[in-house]
Amino acid sequence: MSEIIRVEHLNYVYNPGMPDATTALEDVSFSVEEGDFVGIIGSTGSGKSTLISHFNGLNRPTGGRVLVDGKDLWAQGADLRAFRFLVGLVMQYPEYQLFEETCAKDIAYGPRNMGLDEAEIDRRVKEAAAFVGLREELLEKSPFELSGGQKRRVAIAGVMAMHPRVLVLDEPAAGLDPEGRDTILSQIRDYHEKTGITVLLVSHSMEDIAKYANRVLVLHKAGVAMYDTVENVFARAQELLELGLSVPQVTQIFLKLRRMGLDIPTDVYTVPYAVKTIKKALAAKQNKGVE
Amino acid sequence: MLKDITIGQYYPGRSVLHRCDPRLKLVATIAYIVVLFVAPNPLGIALSLLLLAALYRVARIPGKMILRSLKPIVPIVIFTAVLNLFFVTGQGEPLVHFWVFNIYSEGVRYAVLLAVRVCALIAGTSLLTYTTSPIVLTDAIENLLRPLEKIHFPVHELAMMMTIALRFIPTLIEETEKIMNAQKARGAMLDTGKFTQRVKALVPILIPLFISAFRRADELAMAMECRCYHGGEGRTRLKQLRFTATDARCAVIITAALAVIVATRFFVPGLV
Repeated sequence: MSEIIRVEHLNYVYNPGMPDATTALEDVSFSVEEGDFVGIIGSTGSGKSTLISHFNGLNRPTGGRVLVDGKDLWAQGADLRAFRFLVGLVMQYPEYQLFEETCAKDIAYGPRNMGLDEAEIDRRVKEAAAFVGLREELLEKSPFELSGGQKRRVAIAGVMAMHPRVLVLDEPAAGLDPEGRDTILSQIRDYHEKTGITVLLVSHSMEDIAKYANRVLVLHKAGVAMYDTVENVFARAQELLELGLSVPQVTQIFLKLRRMGLDIPTDVYTVPYAVKTIKKALAAKQNKGVE
Repeated sequence: MLKDITIGQYYPGRSVLHRCDPRLKLVATIAYIVVLFVAPNPLGIALSLLLLAALYRVARIPGKMILRSLKPIVPIVIFTAVLNLFFVTGQGEPLVHFWVFNIYSEGVRYAVLLAVRVCALIAGTSLLTYTTSPIVLTDAIENLLRPLEKIHFPVHELAMMMTIALRFIPTLIEETEKIMNAQKARGAMLDTGKFTQRVKALVPILIPLFISAFRRADELAMAMECRCYHGGEGRTRLKQLRFTATDARCAVIITAALAVIVATRFFVPGLV
């Protein structure tokens, strides 16, 4: 596997030189392997959204470098637009960016900007719509006639249709009902599994991160607090709680059980794994009783 | 790019000028502009520039903020100055003569004076918006226009509309930036290409912007109604404007300074 994103000592300051200058990112360094599904968490104002808008050059670092596919975004003569097609960014509440007469045309906006021919654009629109579960007849409707969840899917399809190698999503499930959340997130996971592209997912929900990501980047006060596999990060549940973040409910229960003196692992973050460990612990207890 | 717009841009601080009664600042700014144009000699103009520099000093606003406020009007200043240079005719021989153009020394003086005046005007009004938040400023306007209520002029409604408009400028700028970023992420080219292409590139930004502006207006109207807003009648204020002793001292100082500038008119011969 090769590195697709590398961030080196990234600094970013809003309104530099003004009295209200604020440091949004300070000395952030990490790298993402191609094909990973990285969850990005952190409390409000920890710099998540600022960080992800560096990956396709919407923000210019005030210090440090961002490399995508081994190339510096802000190197002399670098073509920023090429990076924007390489790293597809779905912003928060992306449904507010829809503008075309029909959903199909809106999804086609990105691919059209890439200069693809009509047949290819058409193919990609259908393919992206299928990925997010939009029925064909919806494609000819105006995006403004759709429900909130459907609009969101059109917007996500619009980025998927560009076939980026990295898909970055800023809270794609925010404001949706539980069913809508699950649908969108599992569609993103299917997309990740089928295409093998790298996905970066910003989320406030630990449950979602635990369920879908394989690595977790924890941001705290403009810096990286942790960056590790999901197991290792949730094994440090106590620290996460100290950072003002929550941990999945199962992990919380296991933390309490451990405090009560039970000998169980700390890296439990999904319900199936929890069931397995409890069964194992019970079996061990019974064995002890037999002896 | 959009952040360069300085209209209504408040530069937070705690100086005397920041805390001064906004009504006084508003009236003083208007008076300053009038004085700028009635002071017809270089001494008066120099003094008014000096006064402005002193006020910026007191407000602790860095000089680069002045430059920032002047940047957008540079083309207008140059345009009017050049126009004056060529079209003001004076007595005597022209300084330069070519083709149909004659440049007289009066023209040169007039052009320079006008450029300085316009710059001072912008810097002066910028000082007002730098030291006064837009909301406080509309409060002051409402207060000063109050007498017009006698002739059934809708002062409160006007002030409320101004407050809302000013309040939403930063919000809409932020919104525009967000939408621009979203479309740029999808490969929109906003600052390159031919004129027609650039105009077309604005469509994906303007449509979402308008939709969200209407949505916001709707939500705001609903929120105001929920809090029983019913116009200006019987409405009280959380922050009452008060004219303090410090304000009175400021008023005396500024009046004296402006009076001195006007007085130069009688001692130094006029220029134009």
